Amino acid sequence: MSKQTKTLNLNFGPQHPAAHGVLRLILELDGEVVEKADPHIGLLHRGTEKLIENKTYSQAIPYFDRLDYVAPMNQEHAFALAIEKILDIEVPIRGQYIRVIFCEIGRILSHILNITTQALDVGALTPSLWGFEEREKLMEFYERVSGSRLHANYFRPGGVHQDLPRGLDSDILKFCNEFPKIIDDLETLLTDNRIFKQRNVDIGIVSKDDALDYSFSGVMMRGSGVPWDLRKSQPYDCYEQLSFKVPIGKNGDCYDRYLCRVEEMRESVKIIKQCLEQLPKGPVKSQDNKITPPPKKEIKESMEALIHHFKLFTEGYRVKKDEIYTAVEAPKGEFGVYLISDGSSKPYKCKIRAPGFSHLQAMDYLIKGHMLADVPAVLGSLDIVFGEIDR
Amino acid sequence: MEYIVLLFSEIYKILYVLIPVLVSVAMIVWLDRRIWAFVQKRRGPNVVGPFGLFQTLADALKYIFKEIIIPASSNKIIFILAPIVTMTLALIAWAVIPFSEDYVLADINVGILYIFAISSLGVYGIIMGGWASNSKYPFLGSVRSAAQMVSYEVSIGVIIINVLLCVGSLNLSDIVLAQEKIWFVIPLFPMFVIFFISSLAETNRPPFDLPEAEAELVAGYQTEYSGMMYAMFWLGEYANILLMCALGSILFLGGWLAPMDIPLFDIVPPPAWLILKILFLFVLFALIKAIVPRYRYDQLMKLGWKVFLPFSLIWVVLTSGYLLYFDLLPVY
Repeated sequence: MSKQTKTLNLNFGPQHPAAHGVLRLILELDGEVVEKADPHIGLLHRGTEKLIENKTYSQAIPYFDRLDYVAPMNQEHAFALAIEKILDIEVPIRGQYIRVIFCEIGRILSHILNITTQALDVGALTPSLWGFEEREKLMEFYERVSGSRLHANYFRPGGVHQDLPRGLDSDILKFCNEFPKIIDDLETLLTDNRIFKQRNVDIGIVSKDDALDYSFSGVMMRGSGVPWDLRKSQPYDCYEQLSFKVPIGKNGDCYDRYLCRVEEMRESVKIIKQCLEQLPKGPVKSQDNKITPPPKKEIKESMEALIHHFKLFTEGYRVKKDEIYTAVEAPKGEFGVYLISDGSSKPYKCKIRAPGFSHLQAMDYLIKGHMLADVPAVLGSLDIVFGEIDR
Repeated sequence: MEYIVLLFSEIYKILYVLIPVLVSVAMIVWLDRRIWAFVQKRRGPNVVGPFGLFQTLADALKYIFKEIIIPASSNKIIFILAPIVTMTLALIAWAVIPFSEDYVLADINVGILYIFAISSLGVYGIIMGGWASNSKYPFLGSVRSAAQMVSYEVSIGVIIINVLLCVGSLNLSDIVLAQEKIWFVIPLFPMFVIFFISSLAETNRPPFDLPEAEAELVAGYQTEYSGMMYAMFWLGEYANILLMCALGSILFLGGWLAPMDIPLFDIVPPPAWLILKILFLFVLFALIKAIVPRYRYDQLMKLGWKVFLPFSLIWVVLTSGYLLYFDLLPVY
């Protein structure tokens, strides 16, 4: 007599404390072992790409904050770079440095959240509260520079919106000097913790070839030992002038990805410090008033400035007919913008390449044969934010 | 008439133990949350009453007035019975705990076996709750916890044999009195460590809180519970934790005995010593909760069966060999 066994279908999400947003993961379980994982997406779809088609180029920037809302400025960067490339605008050196500083702050913001939620997913609650203390400080920097804690809308094609307020650079430097100590504290809780290691080592292994085949990027790629970092391989802004290392993993498991992120945070701190040391004086945005608005004071005195201002905030600037793909190394991986312009002041099409999307598609491959408790661990190490996956 | 007097005097005696236990459960929840908060750089409950001490009472009041939702597809009788079983079992075990030489509700000669039996029954509350909910997350949670509690019950049993070999009696008061010369924590230190870890697993505390692992099972067997029924699970759990702390202090830390036989310590009443020891163990429980991640199911089983069980069995052989060789076996 043979016994028929049936797998248990488990709806993991969309309302689940560990599902990282609105992921609906349908799991087929054989006891505690996962046989199949089927991620369903689209619950946070807002039609960003279509909305951008109906907005002028400068009105489109805030949409990029709302993709990966954990590190908003990195996305703005990709969009700004795309327009700069089509229009062939030079960004002033100071503007480039400020952009890099805030990109790296975004990287730290994202990695703190990810490391601590990965710990949370395997049951350690304390790191996340320690980490949030630091994120709060970083968000204050965001607020001081842009007026908003989360959805900054600070980067512009041609530079950044405004110069750093007085005292911000020294405060960021102070943070950079204190932060490595905080990373050490977090590491004492996790890196050598036996339970944390047991839960992460050899879980969700990605081989080098598979990482390439699944079009992974960012830490998911570097964790598997592929030294691929857009900041090094095709540097944008002032990354060429800065010296930093790209940490890579060995085994491609959750633990290596965690270690990569920790090291990347340390490198980011170094980058920010270098930027603050080298920060030159000068304008922060392109002086071409056809693209960036003239100072408010000038508008009251100069006819031309008034016209520029009026045109920029009604019609917007026109972008010549072209198509372009630019990508930046966002904290989660390669974030790309594919832009088709038709000569008007609104993009014809704006396709967004979100790194999380290609990471999530590998969920079934990563989790097959693991246990139910490994699902949140793997999900945590993928570093998924649904804003960018569903767009 | 005689029976009624007897009945009331018994009820009075029971309440004399039960009410302090329930009040200390409320306080211990507060302490747990406070310690947890301090480790996490938070303040914790500090609004209701002095230092937030009445927070648990406020929470309990809230739970009492909340609607109890019973899922339509559940088995209603068992669903309602489960938290009652958990809570009752957690409380009746206190009957044999000696607070001092003469302050014990039931001084039965197989006290340790009684506690062992009651805490083994504790798993029923969880299984019934998880099964009767007729829902997937509670089901997985209760299956896990059944396996977990049974496995660690075994290793606790073997550890207790070590203590019993040294005492020669199953009576809890005798166990305490046997430690007048030296607390068992010193000669049996490895056993104390394993007992402590096993009692974490026995009470479903982190890093062994798999039955209610919120990362994968939402809230485990409690997922479908609400209102007072949830609160009863929760109170039962903390009463169990206190019980395990009390058991640890009685078996290894000399129960109500003072640390040293000096006159100054005689001023402190014996029950106070026991309470201090329980508090000490509980603070360890709370600190561990704050700093460790959670084991995976298979790792937990491996730890229980392949590490703790063989180790404590070997220790039984060592203890009995030592006692035999030096002719130290207690004679009754």
